[in-house]
Amino acid sequence: MFFGGIDIGASATKAALIDDSGRLLGSAVLRSGVDFTGSAAKGMEMALAQAGLEAGQVEGVFACGYGRKNAAMAQETRTEIACHAAGAYHHFPQALTVVDIGGQDNKIIKLNAQGLRTSFKMNRKCAAGTGAFLEEMALRLDLPLESLNGLAEKATEEATLGAFCTVFTATEVLSKIRDGVKIEALVKGLFRSVVKRVMEMDIFEGTVIMTGGVAAHNPYLAEMLSLELGREVLLPPLPQLNGAWGAAILARDFRARQLASE
Amino acid sequence: MSEKTPPIQATKMMKKLMADHFLALDRAAAEGSPKVAWCTSVGPAELLIAMGFEVYYPENHGALLGATRMATDTIPVANALGYSPEICSYLTADVGAFLKGITPLTKAYGIKGVPKPDVLVFNTNQCRDVQDWFEWYGRHFNVPAIGVRTHRGVGEVRDYMVADVAQQIKDLIPTLEQVSGNKFDIDRLREVVGLSKQCTEQWRAVLEYGARVPAQMNFFDHTIHMAPAVVLRGRPEAIEYYDTLLAELVEREKAGYSAVPGERIRLYWDGMPVWGRLRMLAELMNELKAAIVCSTYCNSWIFGAFDANDPFESMARAYTELFIVRDEAYKENYMLEHVKRYGCQGIIFHDAKTCPNNSNSRYGLPQRFAEVHGVPSLVINGDLNDLRCFSDEQAKTNIEAFVEQIEEAAA
Repeated sequence: MFFGGIDIGASATKAALIDDSGRLLGSAVLRSGVDFTGSAAKGMEMALAQAGLEAGQVEGVFACGYGRKNAAMAQETRTEIACHAAGAYHHFPQALTVVDIGGQDNKIIKLNAQGLRTSFKMNRKCAAGTGAFLEEMALRLDLPLESLNGLAEKATEEATLGAFCTVFTATEVLSKIRDGVKIEALVKGLFRSVVKRVMEMDIFEGTVIMTGGVAAHNPYLAEMLSLELGREVLLPPLPQLNGAWGAAILARDFRARQLASE
Repeated sequence: MSEKTPPIQATKMMKKLMADHFLALDRAAAEGSPKVAWCTSVGPAELLIAMGFEVYYPENHGALLGATRMATDTIPVANALGYSPEICSYLTADVGAFLKGITPLTKAYGIKGVPKPDVLVFNTNQCRDVQDWFEWYGRHFNVPAIGVRTHRGVGEVRDYMVADVAQQIKDLIPTLEQVSGNKFDIDRLREVVGLSKQCTEQWRAVLEYGARVPAQMNFFDHTIHMAPAVVLRGRPEAIEYYDTLLAELVEREKAGYSAVPGERIRLYWDGMPVWGRLRMLAELMNELKAAIVCSTYCNSWIFGAFDANDPFESMARAYTELFIVRDEAYKENYMLEHVKRYGCQGIIFHDAKTCPNNSNSRYGLPQRFAEVHGVPSLVINGDLNDLRCFSDEQAKTNIEAFVEQIEEAAA
């Protein structure tokens, strides 16, 4: 049997198709844009094509993310919190703290050894420390978003940025540029800012897993968080697909419960 | 169990009572008699009624501004005047509405404006902002703004606190006599305190219907039906109203109704309502089949200490026993006791940006509930009136995820 998950996030829509064992057969990542229903359909179509499957062969699809109610093909919706938890636990079946850095919000999700959520937190109504923060800064620095990770990684110095707010940080960055601070140092300072915003959200316990698009494109963030926490921070195989993959896992488990009760 | 819960019939009676209340205030302000006193919601209303004033409650008006979402347009007016977006958004919404010359009372009751005060009487048990709020109007209308400064962070309510507050209430009398032209009458005060006591006990009985499984009323019902306990306590109409409501609740329970059809989850709400999003939140909770069965906020109009035989001391005690002025240990125990008694599986803390006094998640209480008492919590960020501080999507995702978490644990 095959199952699908679709994660319609603020920035990107992710689709995943799995088999009974949870193995990924096909996936897609595309911009969410303004037509969530269309993006979801297109994402699933792309994932089906990659997996070599027809829509009719998929037993169940669950949707998550801000646009979760817009996924016409989904039987059920779950929050992205549930799905990132399920995705992370699938890869690391143990007590976890999952850090999901999304385009618009950050989440810290705690799971016990049985994979049950014990608590979660989302960032307050502020984009500081999220993907949107890095996007805004890349724009201000006139840098391609995908270049940030490499720049931070090769930095030998680090600019100290104290502001909490994205707009104030941008002002601070501009003043550092005036002072001649190197771009690499600035980018590393921005990464540090993301790490700090995440760390002040909660206490970290168990194995720490980082998921989401920001971690996928900027794995150096996981390294920096690991150094700050003094413990290993792991990434699942495809961090950006983790929510969609988790949604598919939940669809699979839901079907299994249905079959067991029939 | 019925899958569709019919509306509560007593609501019609309440709407009439509220209309009568505001029309009486409007008439009094126009005619200059009886005199109009503005009072904070947990202020010494009984004394004002006993002195013959028509009593108007600006916090109630603030909530109306929030519920009608007029606050969104009026808060910035007060902000521009130098009243920070960080302070009480009842204050900013209300002062802004006054300056703009608008009020929800116009649409609801055909009233042009809020009733002009002859005196303003506050009790800082709610917060310091009420004093600043009333003083603004005091300056504007050139009328006295007087009040009671309460004790804060109260653990055990000590006799010296009660004596102090009782004396402060007594000290209001000369000004009130002068403004109203009436002599203070202790027997009349005893009568009013007695009526308030009856009202408060009935309100407690109404809230107890939340403890039924399934709950007969939820937080959203309470925010509507609390109005008489807030603005009409001390008057016989409030007692008649709760008699009617309680009789209806008996019948509704017999008929198998429930506040949330198919109730699966029971929750406690701490903090202020998000007035402008009550409908959205109520619909979300219905969809999730989750009932908010008890709240700190709606419980705040239970004044068990009222005693007609000892009006000053008992008012002082009642207004000092309030949750909002108590220390963290008291708050933790109070909430725990209610969480247990109402069978709540979790707590939603509303961290209201402009209401630090009534946001109890800021000193580690949610974490203590989880670690010490095994009660999961969710903190949602928002505000009572300022919807600039509230994100629908974030709140929805948070609440949905919290219900998922509780259901997973229960399974």
